[in-house]
Amino acid sequence: MISSVIVYGLVNSVILTLIAIGFSLTFGISGVANFAYGGFYLFSGYLTWMLLNYLGLPFALAIVITVVVVGILGFLTYWVILLRVRGIVLSEVIATFALGVGMLEFFRWKGFVTYEFTLPFFIKGSIEIAGVPLDYQRLLIIGIGLAMIVFLYIFIHHTRIGLSFRGIAQNERTAISLGIESDWTAALSLALGSAMAAIAAIAILPLGIISINVGYDVLLIAVAVGIIGGLESVPGILVGSFILGYAQVITGMYIAPEWMMVVYLVAIVLVLAIKPSGIFGKFKELEERV
Amino acid sequence: MVRYRKERLDRGIKVRCEDIFALSSYRETLYLLLPRALPVVALLILPMLKGVVGLYWEKVLIITCAIALLAISWDLLASVGLVSLGQALFFGAGAYLAGFFNRSFGWPPFLTIPFATLGGALCCTLLLLPVLRLRGVYFAIVTLILPLLLARVIEATKILGGTEGMSALSPLPNIWFELYVPVIALLVCLFGFRRLINEDYGLVLQGIRDNDRAVMSGAINIYRFKAQAVFMAAAAGAFAGAFMTHYYQFVGMPAFALDYSILPLTCAVLGGVGSFAGPVIGAFILVPLSELLRAFGTLRVVFYSAILIICVVGLPEGVFHYISRKYHQFERVVKIE
Amino acid sequence: MNKMGDRTILNVEKVSKRFGGVVAVDGVSLHLQEGELLGVIGPNGSGKTTLVNLVTGFVKADSGRVVYKGKNITGKMPYKISALGIARTFQMVKPFYQLPAFKNLIIPLYSTRVRKLRGGKYGDRDTVAIDLLEEVGFERDSFVPYKMASSLPHGYLKRLELARCLTLRPDLLILDELFSGMSMSEVASTLPIIERLNGEGLSIIMVEHRLRELFRVAHRIIALNFGRKIAEGSPREVTESDAVKAAYLGSEAEE
Repeated sequence: MISSVIVYGLVNSVILTLIAIGFSLTFGISGVANFAYGGFYLFSGYLTWMLLNYLGLPFALAIVITVVVVGILGFLTYWVILLRVRGIVLSEVIATFALGVGMLEFFRWKGFVTYEFTLPFFIKGSIEIAGVPLDYQRLLIIGIGLAMIVFLYIFIHHTRIGLSFRGIAQNERTAISLGIESDWTAALSLALGSAMAAIAAIAILPLGIISINVGYDVLLIAVAVGIIGGLESVPGILVGSFILGYAQVITGMYIAPEWMMVVYLVAIVLVLAIKPSGIFGKFKELEERV
Repeated sequence: MVRYRKERLDRGIKVRCEDIFALSSYRETLYLLLPRALPVVALLILPMLKGVVGLYWEKVLIITCAIALLAISWDLLASVGLVSLGQALFFGAGAYLAGFFNRSFGWPPFLTIPFATLGGALCCTLLLLPVLRLRGVYFAIVTLILPLLLARVIEATKILGGTEGMSALSPLPNIWFELYVPVIALLVCLFGFRRLINEDYGLVLQGIRDNDRAVMSGAINIYRFKAQAVFMAAAAGAFAGAFMTHYYQFVGMPAFALDYSILPLTCAVLGGVGSFAGPVIGAFILVPLSELLRAFGTLRVVFYSAILIICVVGLPEGVFHYISRKYHQFERVVKIE
Repeated sequence: MNKMGDRTILNVEKVSKRFGGVVAVDGVSLHLQEGELLGVIGPNGSGKTTLVNLVTGFVKADSGRVVYKGKNITGKMPYKISALGIARTFQMVKPFYQLPAFKNLIIPLYSTRVRKLRGGKYGDRDTVAIDLLEEVGFERDSFVPYKMASSLPHGYLKRLELARCLTLRPDLLILDELFSGMSMSEVASTLPIIERLNGEGLSIIMVEHRLRELFRVAHRIIALNFGRKIAEGSPREVTESDAVKAAYLGSEAEE
């Protein structure tokens, strides 16, 4: 029993990590709000589905096209919408949130609810790990998730572009005076974050059906992981998702499956009460802004 | 080359009204009084037209008042610098508490509504207390996900009626009660909050929004003031929820629906943030409009989203500020000497 | 200059603060007697403003203590510290632009400290605000106190900032580069106000770059560089210190 908890917990946690990464990159690390995240996630799923079923494209090609298209969509979101309200974080949040909701409800209206939309697995079949059956897809998700986290860490600490993402979040004016083109960088971070959402969507959606609620859930998860782990820290994403992931699995197995959602609520309330900026959160409280 | 510029000047009549002498002339008094009296009179008369326009539009009026209350509540929070993406939290809290008191204790509406208002306000304030110390974005995020989370929790744990909700709750006494209570509550909140904002207390609130460091160094506990603002805003929202519970005689998960968060926000942004009258105007434009569009189903939400984006990005001023600018000032093109 | 009291009103003991990799303040200690006017000088980036933030609670110290009137105020919230009687100006002056000048003072007037001092309700806050503005040199009978803060020239905004502090009736006033951006005449008209306040017994810490004016009113000076205290003493002693000369590269100190 314990081994299944460990394994399923691991899978669940990495799923949450994968979901939260794109959002954290844009909002936590670069400081640009992208509350349309859920919309992009779902859109990626639908786009891939349409490419596969309406155009009959090979899977690999569909994936590549989707990721690129969603990335471009993110980029455009910045130039068309966010550019005008850049800096006023709350307007950014409202505008992108409205976009996300608009996208999701549009899909709902268009009737993407009635069909059973599914995406195919990458590889079929399963193996046993420590006596626990695990299908290849989930194994692959763990691999992708961990790879993305490592990539993210290296990216924002050691590459020029990644460092400029952090620069514009810390102090935009200084960044500009150092030659970092703030708008371009922000748009890029939005594009990258959305592309990561697409990757996450394509990897995870095969596990279930594509439904509208998934879009809202994804935003919920990304935000919850951010709050618990600390919005702007990469280790925070890992810690946050692992805490939530394991708490969910344990609750599901030992208490009741319906209570898994309660875990989110409790975790958020606890974090806010004890260390509001999150476990690894570096943003100090109000007064410490000099 | 002759060049021109646009010039904006206060209207003569506005300038003449700036002193106590406004009372000496009918024209000036009317100029000041009309914008305030007209909506009040209109709102008080509208319910009486029920015989003429029919039951359907009465329902619309009541819902509009509820949304307008949520929009005013949003505006109060915005005036202290807190952007709420989850008015549904207040609405749902009041709604469920009213249902709970009615179902479990058997209290009649005129007990459940006040208690649900206060109880809802208290609960929401306590929930949001830790977030007040953080950057403004956290408040937006937490208010965004709390209603969604609470709905999931209710669905999962099946408390408070679970997915089915609580139905067959006590109705309201009579039709006049149904119509006039929300209207009067709306007017009280509108003028009450406006008065509050213009008093010194309101200046402190706006100071917290504009420059909280300066307010803090002025020996004022900004968190206490923020908490008070949240309490008042939550009370307005909870009242709307509690009232609607008894109007529909039902409360369920839809009480925490995204609609109740997005629509008031859109009304406020469209109508003009910070003016309190603006959100009300926004509500009276958008809610009837959305009722007309009911045929389109959830496309309405797409519609609100589009309006919201356009307003936030392109027309940050809002309808009310635009109208009041036109009312108080006139523009003309003038040669540059 | 006035006679100082015997009591130490402020005692800063080896406070340090680092921001990420940068050490802003490194083990700085200072003390202030009642009624004394202490000047704090140092090149840009030497940690003067961070020191002020540490004393007034806007930044939490990594180590060290701040003791005010015998009470340990290290790590307390800024509004509690203000309520105890320490008022400070901000380098970046940000008044409430859409309010008239005198209305800017309503906010400190609303605080509990002020209400307790005068014994209950203040009375007409607007009148009190106008009086306070007059104290800092706003001409009473003109329309200047009633102008929107957004239309006031910089010198007036700085004096408004000073008025904001005085509204609290503080026992310790910390001025963070009050004179920066002021013209010679504005400085000349503001300096006597500070002298008078100090003469009436108000303890003052002045962080300044305008050394000539500072030296005229300060009892004692401390100099900071790279977050450390490099000199302390009378104005003359500090000007003649080699460390200070080196820190300024021999420019301003020769004035």
